[in-house]
This record gives sequence, structure tokens and C-alpha cells, in this order.
Amino acid sequence: MKKLLIGNEAVAWGLYNGGIGLVSSYPGTPSTEITEFLAKHDDIHSEWAPNEKVAMETAFGASLAGMRSACAMKHVGLNVAADPLFTMSYTGITGGMVVCVADDPAMHSSQNEQDSRHYAIASKVPMLEPSDSAEAYAFAKSAFTLSEEYDTPVLLRMCTRIAHSQCVVDIGEREEIPMKEYVKQPSKYIMMPGYAKLRHPIVEERTEKLRALAEDCMYNRVEMAENREIGIITSGCSYLYVKEVFGDSVSVLKIGMPNPLPEKMIRDFAAQVKKLYVIEELDPVIESHVKALGIEVTGKQLFSAIGEFSQKTIRDAFLSEGVAIADVPEIQGAAPAVPGRPPMMCSGCPHRGMYYTLVKNKITVIGDIGCYTLGAVAPLNALDSTLCMGASVSGIHGFNAARGSETEKKTVAVIGDSTFMHSGMTGLVNIAYNATNSTVIILDNSITGMTGHQQNPTTGYNIKGDPAAKVDLEALCHALGINRVRVVDPYDLKACEEAVLEELAAEEPSVIISRRPCVLLKYVKPKTPLQVDTDKCRGCRKCMKMGCPSISFKEGKARIDRTLCIGCGVCEQLCAFGAIGGKAE
Amino acid sequence: MKTTSVMIVGVGGQGSLLASRLLGTLLTDEGYDVKVSEVHGMSQRGGSVVTYVRYGDKVYSPIVTEGECDYIISFEKLEAARYAGCLRKGGKIIVNTQEIDPMPVITGAAEYPADVLEGLKAEGFDVDDFDALAPALEAGSAKSVNIVLMGHFAKCSDIPKEKWIQALNKVINPKFLEMNLKAFDLGYNS
Repeated sequence: MKKLLIGNEAVAWGLYNGGIGLVSSYPGTPSTEITEFLAKHDDIHSEWAPNEKVAMETAFGASLAGMRSACAMKHVGLNVAADPLFTMSYTGITGGMVVCVADDPAMHSSQNEQDSRHYAIASKVPMLEPSDSAEAYAFAKSAFTLSEEYDTPVLLRMCTRIAHSQCVVDIGEREEIPMKEYVKQPSKYIMMPGYAKLRHPIVEERTEKLRALAEDCMYNRVEMAENREIGIITSGCSYLYVKEVFGDSVSVLKIGMPNPLPEKMIRDFAAQVKKLYVIEELDPVIESHVKALGIEVTGKQLFSAIGEFSQKTIRDAFLSEGVAIADVPEIQGAAPAVPGRPPMMCSGCPHRGMYYTLVKNKITVIGDIGCYTLGAVAPLNALDSTLCMGASVSGIHGFNAARGSETEKKTVAVIGDSTFMHSGMTGLVNIAYNATNSTVIILDNSITGMTGHQQNPTTGYNIKGDPAAKVDLEALCHALGINRVRVVDPYDLKACEEAVLEELAAEEPSVIISRRPCVLLKYVKPKTPLQVDTDKCRGCRKCMKMGCPSISFKEGKARIDRTLCIGCGVCEQLCAFGAIGGKAE
Repeated sequence: MKTTSVMIVGVGGQGSLLASRLLGTLLTDEGYDVKVSEVHGMSQRGGSVVTYVRYGDKVYSPIVTEGECDYIISFEKLEAARYAGCLRKGGKIIVNTQEIDPMPVITGAAEYPADVLEGLKAEGFDVDDFDALAPALEAGSAKSVNIVLMGHFAKCSDIPKEKWIQALNKVINPKFLEMNLKAFDLGYNS
């Protein structure tokens, strides 16, 4: 069956046809769809885990039991799951195991630009890196065999452009792989010093065998051109940009297995070309390897370690080197300067009412990762920091421990329901146990929002949308040692302000659960849009301070766009002149 | 055949993903090598979004850069201007005349440029502007603006209308098919 697939769907098909039995993941752009597409198959176990570490350990457990398994995460998710990864490298696997990790060069939807290839090198685990959906399918499918042949988990590295670009893939049939027998093997699977010391030499031997494989495998290939003036070693989407600019007119060594890298293949290639380049996004991983072989090469001095490349990057760089390029594009004209359009919280977003309350009261806000990170932008400018998943709850504890009562009464942490499950809980335990008078607001919109609506342990549904055990957040916070736990509706500004001021004033830690489902959820029915009575509107712009995209200012008056407004009523509470309300016709 | 590049640009939430999937499916059925690049995640939340569709005998890069784009299909006026620099000499911009204020305009930090399309025309850009919102509302929902625009683009393409209809039948949820077929037709004839 030939089908146009995004890279992530192709990975899902590759894993499925490769005989996967279990997938456990935590959502994260640009990796999320791998697991969503796998969840469409009812003959395998699929799940959203509370975080990436749990997901990877679950996949490990399935592998230990003899089943082929996988987990998927974004690059920063691999930081969370790094602990099991490094030791799984020692234990190896029983059923084949694939760890999919998606990097985000240019940070389309991320907080940093880290290069996951370093994890492959550091954990001594082989890594595959496809260039398009067709390769993503083939590499994902073959990764199970590689994993079982070499007794190792396999990292499959995607990036945003490959994860979210479509091309035609020829999807074959699913291979039914019988589970392997479970045999107790203490010296392989119990990693205490005595046994781990026995495993480390096995890891080093495996790496040598994989190095030999790298010289001759389906992942790395040489495309020799008649022209030997220029030779380019490249991988991932950079390969596509090189081919877009040069077609078959320069010689290319395409790397599909960035760890371990081949030696002889690179030496042979370098010997055949006059000038050697390495073109790779982010860090100089291949370049450092080539240089360590004592081969002269041009890499990061010409191609930045920052952001994404494109065919233009490649074209401009070679033009600057004096290389002739065919068909340099000619623009019609320069684009005029226009106002930016940054992403923002949706019309009727339940986070807005709570943020408005915090900004109005000049509260310091330690933020976290999710849709609510958008509270950082104008006009709210509500946040003071955002670091990583869960860092708001642990961060406020340190902040208050450092400054004491000076900040305890005017600082809050904000964290979403899914992020709280991911890694906010442990921070809350620390607040209770090590006693700072901190106030945590859980922005509970009853879904994992930013990544496109995935269920989580607080929603009451599993990945299939079937009813599941639902974490009782109030009871959980009590159990973690917090006495003061209260729930408010963020559409009710008065209730929000009361809750925030009272809990900040309280002489003990507290949790406010700001609870209202995301307006984009199908079961949330929009109310009638509001309108502005232009006779009553004085043009004071107070309603615009909360940054609702439905409200604009035209001819000295506020105006509500009825195609966007969902009738949440927060602006109506802000207007001192009773100008907002009523029903639009 | 030389690769043809199309950019579908607009504001997150306007339905550019479905439009690019429609075009991708159609071109694949027509036997072209096709690459489509989408946008997911944070940038979707009301921000400026761009998806790329490229087709030809052999397409490598999934993205479109300066001076490479044959057609820009814009769901909003300001966004047409934002990406105009990607248009190749002699390329064409199809644009919905709808205005959606970005946050800097809402907060008063910037003004929505008054004559942005006239400016492009004066610079020699081939701009085909029309109101896609009214036909979308006529078809039954403001959300069908994407299909109205694709209907209008279909008229410029050299692919027969019935092939477009076939592709619509493939990619649109049957519940909304009738509305979208109407939207497509209204776009095609406007």
C-alpha cells in the first residue's frame, strides 16, 4: 500500500510492521504522532505514561518479558529518561526495543536546541537517523532486528522537518513476532556493581561490532558523482537540502547511522574527493569524528550550529566559497515589514482569567511547560521563569527558601495538570517536607493541551479514549502533605482573586486548583459570543489588558469578533461601564 | 518536469493543515513525487503558520525558501505580505481579504497596515485577492475558508476539477463533505 505519510506516521507503521507489541510514551512536539498512530492498532498495547522515564522503563519491562517494544519522546524528554537509557545499554534487551527521540532544531516548539546524538555516544547505544518518511519507515522496522542482533536498545532520531513532512511510503505487511521466552538472568538484568562490571566489557565489544556494521549496512551509503572536486558528508534533512541544491552533481556520503560512525568508509570517501565538507544540523558530531581521524574537513566554520538549515543555507554557503550553483532563485520582490504574529492563548482560554488575576496583583510567577507558557507574552507578561517540565514547583521552593517571607507572600508557581503528573508532584512533596510557605496553582484544563489534546492520568480517559482511573488532584495534594487545597473557576475573576490573596497570606503551603476544561475540547460547547455596547464603551482599554484575541480596538472603542468569541465572560467582569455583555444577534 | 512549490500560509487554527493534505493527496494521485511540510505544536496557537507543498518528477527538500515559491495561497492579508519574499519572479499570490489582528496590533504596539495588498501590487506582485469568508459562510461555516481558497486555486492549476473533487472525497470527514464541496465550488467560481 502506497501512502503519503508524515515521518511520525511512517515510524509508527515501521514499528507496527516490525512486530511491536507495546508502546509507552509521553507526548512532546515533534514526537507525539508516533504514539498516536500506533494507538490506532488494537492488537498492540499502547499508552500515555505520566512521563518519559516511566514510558521508557515500561517499554524496558515489556522487552524483558520478551516482547518487541518502543517509546517515543521529544529531545528534552530523553533528559528525563536518560537514567534507564544508560543502564539499559548495559543490560541489553530480550524483545527488540526502539527509543524514538525527536529533536527540534530552530525550536519551533521547544525550550532548547539540544542534539540527541550526544546521548547515543554517551550511552553507547546505536542510533539511526532517517532523511524522509520512506526511510523513517524502513529504519524503524529494521531497528527491531538490529536491536535483537546486537542485544541493545536502538535510538531512532527524528527532527521536526522529518517528523512533520510527508512523502509517499510503500507500507508492507505486519510481521507477527512471537514473544521470546522469559528466562531469569541475574547477571544480565540485575545491575549491581558485581554484575555491571561484567556487562561493561560486553558493551565495549558490542560497540566494536557495531562499528564494523557501520562500514557496510543499509543505513550509510556513498553516492559518487563524476565530479570529485566536492565531497559532502551529511545526514538527516541536511541530505535533502544538499540534493536539492546539487542533485547528483557532487559526491555525497549519506550517514543514516550517526552512532557509531564508520571509519574506513569516511577515509575512502575523503581520499576520493578534493575538498571535503560535513553538513549537519546542530552540533559538529560527524565533523568531530572526521577530524579525530586526522582528516581535513570544513563544517561548522561554514554551517552554523544554531537553528535549522534549508537549501538556501547550503546554496548561500557554497556561493560564499566561490562554488558555481545552477538555478539560483530570483525573487519577485522583498517582503514588506509587517507586524509579527506570535502564538498566543486561544480565545476563551481558561488560563487567562487566572493570569489576569496574578498580573493585576503584581505576583511573581514561576512558570512551567505547556500552553500556559504563552502567558509570558504581551500584554500579560505574566511569567518570571520557565525552565523545564515540573521546574515551577521545585523552583518556587528554592526561590522562597532563598528569600523567605519577602517572596512567600507574593510568589506563586503555575503548572498544568499533565505537567503536574509528569514531574510536579515530587516538587510538591519537597515543599511540604522541607517546609517553605509556597503557593502552587495547578492550571487544570483537563487535558494535555499544547501537544494537541492527549489524555493524562487526571482526565479519566486513556489513550484510546476509554474510561480509566482518574487521579483525584485534591486528594493527591493532601496526601503529599499540603493541608490547604482549594478549587476555583478561572472564569470567575472575583473567586480567583480571593483564592490567590488568601492562600498567599496563609502561613503554610497551599495549592489552588484552577479548574476549567480547555475550550478546544469537543465536549466544551461555546456560549453565545458577547458584544460591546459602543454607546457605553469609554475606550479605556481595560478589557484589552488580558490579551484576548477576540477583542480589538477600532475607532476608539473595543470590538469583539463574534467568529472568535466563545462567550467566556471574563471581559464582561473587567468592564467598569457595563459595556460588554448581552447577546450578539 | 521542474519542481513546483506552493506555500499555504495563514493564522493557526484557520485550517491550513487540511488544505495541504488535500493538495498532497491530489498530487500524489496524479502521479507526482510530492513533499508536504506541516506545522504542529506551539506555533499553531494563533501564530503565523506556513505549510509547504512541492511536486514534480523528483522532489528532495520539503521546504520552500526565498525566490522559490510558484504560488502563495494566503488565508489572511498580512500573512500574504509576510511570506511574499519567498515568491519567485513571475509567481502568483492568491489571498483571502480577511483581516485578523495579530497580538501586537491588539495591544496597540503596532498598527495593521492599511494598504498591504495595494503595496504588493505596486511592487509588481501578481496578487489575486478575493473575499473567501463570505462564500465560506454561505457554504455553512467560517471554517470552510480553507476549501474556498483551494477551490479558487484549483482554477489556476492544470488539474481537472473532477480530480479535485475525488481528492476532497478522500480527505474530508464525510460529515462535512457536502458543506466543503459547496465551499470548493463557490471558491472555484469566484
